[in-house]
This record gives sequence, C-alpha cells and structure tokens, in this order.
Amino acid sequence: MTTSPETTRVSRGRVLGLGAAGAATLFLPGCGGSDTKEKLNQSQQGTSTGGSSGGYSGPAVKLAFWNGFTGGDGPYMERLVKRFNAAHKNITVAMNKLEWANYYQKVPAAVQAGKGPDLGIMHIDQLATNAARQVIIPLDDVAKSLKLDKSDFAAAVWDGGEYQGSRYGIPLDTHPLGFYYDEKLMQQAGIDAPPETKADFEAALKKFEAKGIKNPFWMPATWPAHLMFMSLLWQFGGELVSADGKKAAFNSEAGKNALNWMLSMQKQGFSPKNVAPDSQYVAFKNEKNAFTWDGIWQINDLKKVPGLKWGVAPLPQIGSQKAVWASSHNFVIMKNRNVDQNKLDASKAFISWISQHSIDWAKAGQIPARNSVRESAAFKALPQQSALAKQISYVHFPPALPGWGDVSVQTLEQAVIAAVQGKKAPDKALDDAVSKANQLLEENAKKYGS
Amino acid sequence: MASVTRDSSDVARGAPSGPVGLTRRRGARRHPTRAAWYVPYLFLAPYLVLFTAFALIPAGLLVWISLHDWDFLLPGKPWSGLDNYRKLFDSGSTVYSDYWQSMKATGIFTVFSVPFLVALPLLLALVLNGRFFGRSFFRAVYFAPFVLGVGVIGVLWQYLLDPNVGPINHWLGSLGLRDDIPWTTDTPWVWVSLIGATVWWTIGYNTVIYLAGLQDIPRELYEAAKVDGASPGQRFRHVTLPGLRVVLVFVVIITILASANMFGQSYLITNGAPAQQSRTAIMYIAEKGLRNFQMGEAAAMSLVLTTFLVLASVITVFAMRRAARD
Repeated sequence: MTTSPETTRVSRGRVLGLGAAGAATLFLPGCGGSDTKEKLNQSQQGTSTGGSSGGYSGPAVKLAFWNGFTGGDGPYMERLVKRFNAAHKNITVAMNKLEWANYYQKVPAAVQAGKGPDLGIMHIDQLATNAARQVIIPLDDVAKSLKLDKSDFAAAVWDGGEYQGSRYGIPLDTHPLGFYYDEKLMQQAGIDAPPETKADFEAALKKFEAKGIKNPFWMPATWPAHLMFMSLLWQFGGELVSADGKKAAFNSEAGKNALNWMLSMQKQGFSPKNVAPDSQYVAFKNEKNAFTWDGIWQINDLKKVPGLKWGVAPLPQIGSQKAVWASSHNFVIMKNRNVDQNKLDASKAFISWISQHSIDWAKAGQIPARNSVRESAAFKALPQQSALAKQISYVHFPPALPGWGDVSVQTLEQAVIAAVQGKKAPDKALDDAVSKANQLLEENAKKYGS
Repeated sequence: MASVTRDSSDVARGAPSGPVGLTRRRGARRHPTRAAWYVPYLFLAPYLVLFTAFALIPAGLLVWISLHDWDFLLPGKPWSGLDNYRKLFDSGSTVYSDYWQSMKATGIFTVFSVPFLVALPLLLALVLNGRFFGRSFFRAVYFAPFVLGVGVIGVLWQYLLDPNVGPINHWLGSLGLRDDIPWTTDTPWVWVSLIGATVWWTIGYNTVIYLAGLQDIPRELYEAAKVDGASPGQRFRHVTLPGLRVVLVFVVIITILASANMFGQSYLITNGAPAQQSRTAIMYIAEKGLRNFQMGEAAAMSLVLTTFLVLASVITVFAMRRAARD
C-alpha cells in the first residue's frame, strides 16, 4: 500500500474544478460560525435617517453590488451603474457578476463569513429562503423612505417581495415565459398570426406538418420544461402547494393535464423524442423548430441571429384560464455585522435611481416592475418586451416558501424530466414527486421553524 | 519466473558497489551520532503540516458533520446522531432511491470504463515504446486531450453527440446509418458516450505511466528470453507483465478511484439524463451538499462511498498479489 499518497493526489487532480470551489465554501463556515449568536442578537433592521427622496449627501462611500447578470443583460446593468456613479460624486458602486447558480451558493456563504456585498439582486422566489437564512434584511423602511408602495408596481410582483409580513425585495423587473415563433415558417404554412388558443395552436402545428415541417414544436425535458409545466399547471387551475404551504399540490388533475399535454406534443409527432438540453432553442435559431416557449431574456440573443425572422407573443391559452410563469429581479440589502448608516442611505439612493431609470434595463429583455416606466412611451416602443408585458396581469410566481427552490429542483423538475424522457408515466411521475416533496417540505418546516 | 527477475536485477545493480562498500556501511551503523529526539519530526514536519491541514482535519470534520443536520447557513446545526446514515439505508427516506441510483451509475461507469482504461493504454504504450519515425509526435498526440480541462471536453462532446442537432448523428445519417441515436439522452447510449469520451480524454495519462514502467524493465531480460527461444507472446507474458506488476497495481487502483470520482463528464455531457440515471454519486453528493446545503447528508453519503472505494482498493491489491503468486 505504499502507493496511497500518490493515489489520492492523482485522483484529486482529475476531479473537476467545481470540487475545489466546493472545498473552499466548505471552509467558510469554520471562519464565521462562532459569531452567529452575536449576529443574531444584533438589530437586523436598517433604520432610516437619510433623505426621504433617496438622495445621499453623506461622506464618500463605496458599495459592493453583486448579481448574476453574466449573459447579454450584464452590459446593460454595467452601463446603468456607470451612469449612476458619474451622477453621484460621493457614491462609488462596484458591480460584480457571477453565474446565478454560483451566486446563490456563494452569496449566503460570503455573508455568513462577513465578506458579503452591500447589496445585490435576487429572484423573487429566492427571497423567502434567503430571508429565513438571514442573508438579507427587511426593507420595509427603505420602501417607506423611498415612498414606494403597491400602487407603483404590478400587484403580483409587489406582493411577492414579502415574507412573513416584512418586505425583503424592491422589485426591478418581471421576466415571464414567452411564445417565440418563426415568421418565415409560419408564412410557408399559411399561418398569419401566432395562435392564442389550444385549438388554434394545435391546428397550426398540423399545418406545419402538412407543409413538410416535420417537428414544429420541440418539447424539452430540461430547462425551460419545468417553467412550461408550471405555466400549464396554473392555466388548468392548479397550484404548486396548498394554501398553508405544507403540502405539495402539483399532482392534481390540473398538473396531470399539464404534463400529459406536454407529452402529447411528442406522441403526435410535433416534437422529436430525446430533445437534448437547449436543442429546442438551437433548432429554433436554425429554422428547424417553428415554435418554442422560452424566457423573455432571449430577445437580445435572437436579435443577433442573422436572417432569422421571428416574433414573440403571450403564451397560448392551453388550459381553462390565462396564466404564465414569471420571475422577478429584486434589489436586496445584505445583512452585515457592522451596520453602516451611510452605506444604507447610499444603497437606498442607488436602488431608487436604478428603479427610476429601469427603461434602460428593459432594453436588456425585461419588463420594468414600475408602473410609470412600464406605461411610458419609451417602453411601448420596444415591440417584443411590450408584447410580453400584456401577460403582466396574470403572471404567477413560485410560492414564497423558504427552501421551495430546492424542493422544486428535486421533485417537480425530476418528474417533468422523467416523463418527457419517457422513463415514467406522467401521472406516476407527478405522484412520486409530490410524496417526496411533502417529506422535504416537512423537513424544511422543521429546519426553518415556520 | 518472478524469482529469476529479482535475482538478475540484484546482480546487475549490486555489481559496482562490492564488499568494501558493505563493510563501511556496517561500521557507520555501529557509532550512530545521536540526534535530538525532535529531529525526525522536523524532517516530517512539512509533509505533516500539509497532511494535517488538507487530509486529517477535513476527514475529521467530515465525520463530525455527518453526525449533524448541518446546514452551514443556519445558526442551528442540531446533532442528529446516525440519522443521516439511517436515511441512506431506509427505503422510505427522501434520499434512498436517489442515492443508490447515483451509486449504481458510478458502479456501472467504473465497471465498464476501468477495463478499457487499463488495457487500451497498455497496448498503446507497447506500440509507442517501439522505435519508429515520429514516435515523440505520436506520444504527444495521444497525451494531448488530457491537458484539456473537463469543462472543455464536456462542452465539446456534448455538442458533438447532441442527438438532434449534433454532427455525429448527422455524419452517421449521411453514411446511410441510423441518425437518431440518443447519445446523451437515453440508456444505454449515454454510457457509450460517457465511457468513450473518458477513454479518449484520459488514455494518454495511463499510457505515460506504462511507458515509464516499460522503460524500467532491463533490456537484458528480453535478450536472455530471446536466447532461450521465447516467442514475442511469451516475452510479453513472462517478462513484460511481471516487470510491470507494481505499475499495473498502481494503474488499476488510480483508475478505479478516478472512475468512481467521475462527475464532470456526466454533469456536462448528459446532465444526468435520462431521468438522472447517469447522475453519479459525486454529482449527487455535490448537489445535496453545495446546492441544497444539506451538508450532513452529503457528508454521510461521501463516507459510505469512501468505504466502498477503500474496499475496492484493498480487494484489488490482494487480487493482484495472488495473481502474481500463481
């Protein structure tokens, strides 16, 4: 056994770099763990003394602002930050981007270790989890001093930023799923407008087939398949969880209808089997897939495809009512061991300024959360964005339940994958996933003490 | 045959020193200079510090974490005793079926990849050990993929093997063959893809180790065998293989461990498809621990995996020893 030290070294060298990153995060709790109690005793609420309009006149401060805008949206936010810095001599905002998946792993660990940023962006369905984990602080006060309330925002977006009676996020935008269509292929098949109902949608698919477009609607098994499933679930009148948040409910009749409809696209031959991750989107860009449902954030990416003639519309109504999955980017302020009033005031000024200038953010492929911006002429001049903004009155967000994101990944997403990849019957896949989700929800309720 | 090898090499190596050297060494041993008690520890210190920091402490912490409901972002980390282990063996728990499915994936990958990763590099090393024009070039060519990171090869093969829009199915189709093979989305094809990509990627690594081993076998042995009338096959069986025994044990063990630690390929190429059947143990442990923050469960899982790997290594060593004795 003289080979053992070499053995471990060599095998370690072969493990993916992610392993090393994981090891680094593993050590973080060791550094911050002992202060946990002290931190808990500290006041968590940033109290306000600063100017009510969000202006800041204190000494020069630097703010660290983290987010996950690593895609085509990054440069838009960077430009906004640059303009903000130029307009505010005493505030310097430094923006740091990391992939969302990494972001939600690293931010909590960094905050825990006292090395977190001052403010950041989080998705609406992450707020409850991070509030329960004490990563972010309540912002009721910020909202009050910026004179923001429900009437300034779309109702669902504003209400979604609350957890246990406190506000944790100031909404920046809404990004729903959309229905992208290939205009050239539609013309070939003699379809003049994107279908809006189930009957029209299926009739359109048949027209494509009649014109030799073999697979007009590719059904993915992975991203964004679960977003499609949730949209359909809500359209058929279902819910993800029970009203008290204790039981999963997506195996209802509505859920089964939703998943069976997705599978029927495959069974009727509208979609090939075995669609690999992202293939449906690649095929859409290459004019092999006529219809695809994807996020609003793809707008700018599709604009770059030479020769592709496309449009985007609200999701067709497949179920008994209109509904669509959406998420929303929210400003959050990170919990900090040493509360610095100047930094808090400067953060408020930043949030307020960006929110007022969110028309420039809309250009990145977003719908502004603020009514005044969404109703402005400048926003109406963005054809794709304003087409998808028609959905704003019926968008649905995942529930504000701490840990729901983890539960959903392990259950709902797996059920969709297993069914679309043909490894489980849809009804059974959903039933299995729900019974596991119930177990996980129970564990979470214990863990988060709710 | 093994004893012959040892004798002849002793003769070859012992020849220059002779009896004089031996007496001198014995004389030195009779009057040892007594060093302070801590001197040996000083020599060991650099290694021990690293070993303690990067192996002992993490291993201890791993055991400790596995006995808790350890979410490193929550202030409370309640003691849970052997609960995390009980869950792994309780078919009604939330992790049971996923964990054992991932262990099965790791098992399938290891069982089917190790033979290729042990045998093919040996053949390649035998060829590359010969003398021919452009030898260094070919050695470099076969080693080249190994310098690429798993991210690069993962994205590369994911693109090449895409069942709907990938070039491989397209080429198969233009040759008149089946053009809808689900390389990255259905069994058993995902295993063909993962093992194929891994062999292509790491073949050069084991080849280099074999080459070093082959160059350590004294040329005289081959000459002596030739004089005794041994055929090339006999020379391989009775000279090359025994000469490579230690190298072979080493290669088999590191290959088993590397295969059992497979993560990046299935993470990037198949993303666990179909329905997580190709999600390996390490991939599942990483998801549990780093994405769902369930450190306690993840620690227990990796300890169970470690136990299996230690067993596999011990069995390999003993099996190879017995094979050498026979």
